[in-house]
Amino acid sequence: MEMCADPSTLDGINWWTCYLTTGKHQAFYASFGTVLLLLAITAPVVMVLGFGGAMARKSKILPLRWFGLAYTNIVRGVPDIIFFLFVPIAMDQGIEYLRHQIKCPDVLEPIRQGNDFVVCSIAKMPLSSSPQWIHEVYGFSLASIAFALVFGAFAANTLYGAMNAVPRAQLETAEAFGMSERQVFWRVQVKQMWLYALPGLSNLWMILIKATPLLFLLGVEDIVYWARELGGSKTSKFTYPHPDWRLYYFAFLMVFYLLMTWASEKVFNRITKRLSHGQATVGAGS
Amino acid sequence: MSCYDTLIDYGLRSIGIGARLLPKTDITLCDQFVLIGSGMIWNVYFAVFAMTLGFGIATLVAVGKASENPWASVPAKAFIFVFRGSPLFIQFFLAYELFVLIPKVGIDINLGFATITAETRWLTKAWLGAVIVLFLNTSAYSGEIFYGALRAIPKGDIEAADAFGMSGFRKFRRIIWPAMLRLAWPSYTNEAIFMFHATTLVFFSGFPAWRQSGDALYYASYFADKTFNPFVSYPIIGIYFVSFTLIIITLFGWANKRLNRHIAPEQKIKFRFKPQFIR
Repeated sequence: MEMCADPSTLDGINWWTCYLTTGKHQAFYASFGTVLLLLAITAPVVMVLGFGGAMARKSKILPLRWFGLAYTNIVRGVPDIIFFLFVPIAMDQGIEYLRHQIKCPDVLEPIRQGNDFVVCSIAKMPLSSSPQWIHEVYGFSLASIAFALVFGAFAANTLYGAMNAVPRAQLETAEAFGMSERQVFWRVQVKQMWLYALPGLSNLWMILIKATPLLFLLGVEDIVYWARELGGSKTSKFTYPHPDWRLYYFAFLMVFYLLMTWASEKVFNRITKRLSHGQATVGAGS
Repeated sequence: MSCYDTLIDYGLRSIGIGARLLPKTDITLCDQFVLIGSGMIWNVYFAVFAMTLGFGIATLVAVGKASENPWASVPAKAFIFVFRGSPLFIQFFLAYELFVLIPKVGIDINLGFATITAETRWLTKAWLGAVIVLFLNTSAYSGEIFYGALRAIPKGDIEAADAFGMSGFRKFRRIIWPAMLRLAWPSYTNEAIFMFHATTLVFFSGFPAWRQSGDALYYASYFADKTFNPFVSYPIIGIYFVSFTLIIITLFGWANKRLNRHIAPEQKIKFRFKPQFIR
């Protein structure tokens, strides 16, 4: 906008219009998209991992059952933030280690030299010559994987409980109809479990929403990053000088999260009503 | 340097006792175990104070939410919604910025035998500021748990109390409150576990670690940065947290036994580890 060319002459509403539409503010608004993107990507992955974990725990093969049990219990026994710090850096080093082994097998020096982790330059991930956006996408992907792994364990536990909550009589009826074990599982148990899984899953969704500010800790330029960046006090050297406004920016984020949880609650209440239709539970009503 | 020397130097490092400088080079496994363990002092401190203070308020909030008087129920509902509906991470940031803006003054508090000066700048320190945030947060979560339990109390219990001529506070103190605690205890155990886990957020969100005295995660990430090797320090802190989680389950299990001591064996409520109440 051309009226914003010289902000020092502006006041009142014009100042605010110009201030709230600066390039950095647009990046701030776009970062809300980053958060929603993270939710959109991780939620389906979490469901797949959760289903896999639950099936592993029900498996007839003992090591697979142990794996399922270990996965769900270790992740839940340790604060999630530790996983968010650990998984991305561990993945990063693992990938670089593998690339180092494949791409430059002739380098004989050890990779861990004292306090350094040294791989040859063509094994770097991403390559130091690649553009900035690739670095950002890579960082974001590692963060998504960490989220999916942690919440997959929670989902696995919820779905495992829900599978066991399906009334035994329903499964026996299916068996009596001559269905094979596989058919009973897919056609009856999996179809019926959703109602029992729903309270746990809605809880999980709320937790997932509330875990998104942890993206900031992983170096992703998310809403927390921009709120700190924009809210910090700006001296008269800046185009839009203002005192420390971080309090207001964080208050805005708080409102955003409250709206998100409030809306999710409404949606889940509607789904519960739908799924309870025709079920023999207290919430079923008609 | 032997591991014993390390223990002397760094065992209480997180509360400012012992060696001034953190290990920078030649970091041994012992260094990592001792310093991260020393950081656990902070985690335990935060959890114990927040839970103890939060317990009373949570009861009030629960009774308030269940009340028919809108002057009590609306504020209680709003309190629970705000603290359960927003991330603890943001609550820490917001509270810290708020505490920084409060003018720095000292307030004299007369205790009768002595006068202490409470200074508002303490609020920006983790030992007070973070405890306040955690306390409010756990009050909201536990309040919701207790509210659920209040509504699940068998009608017969209350009718029996009425038949005995109990009313008002006496009925609450002798019948409603113990029944509420008994019903809420398994969920409350989970809340305690996840409150304990949430204490790791303190030094990552706003509250700065003064003179490098931080909690377990602060030291774990310090080592991960210094050695560039996440495969040692994070598993160590993981071990610490799993052991402390088991201790919480044991302690709360004893309390649960006591709360259920008059109940027939088949009606007792068992604790189940459920991650329902993460923030």
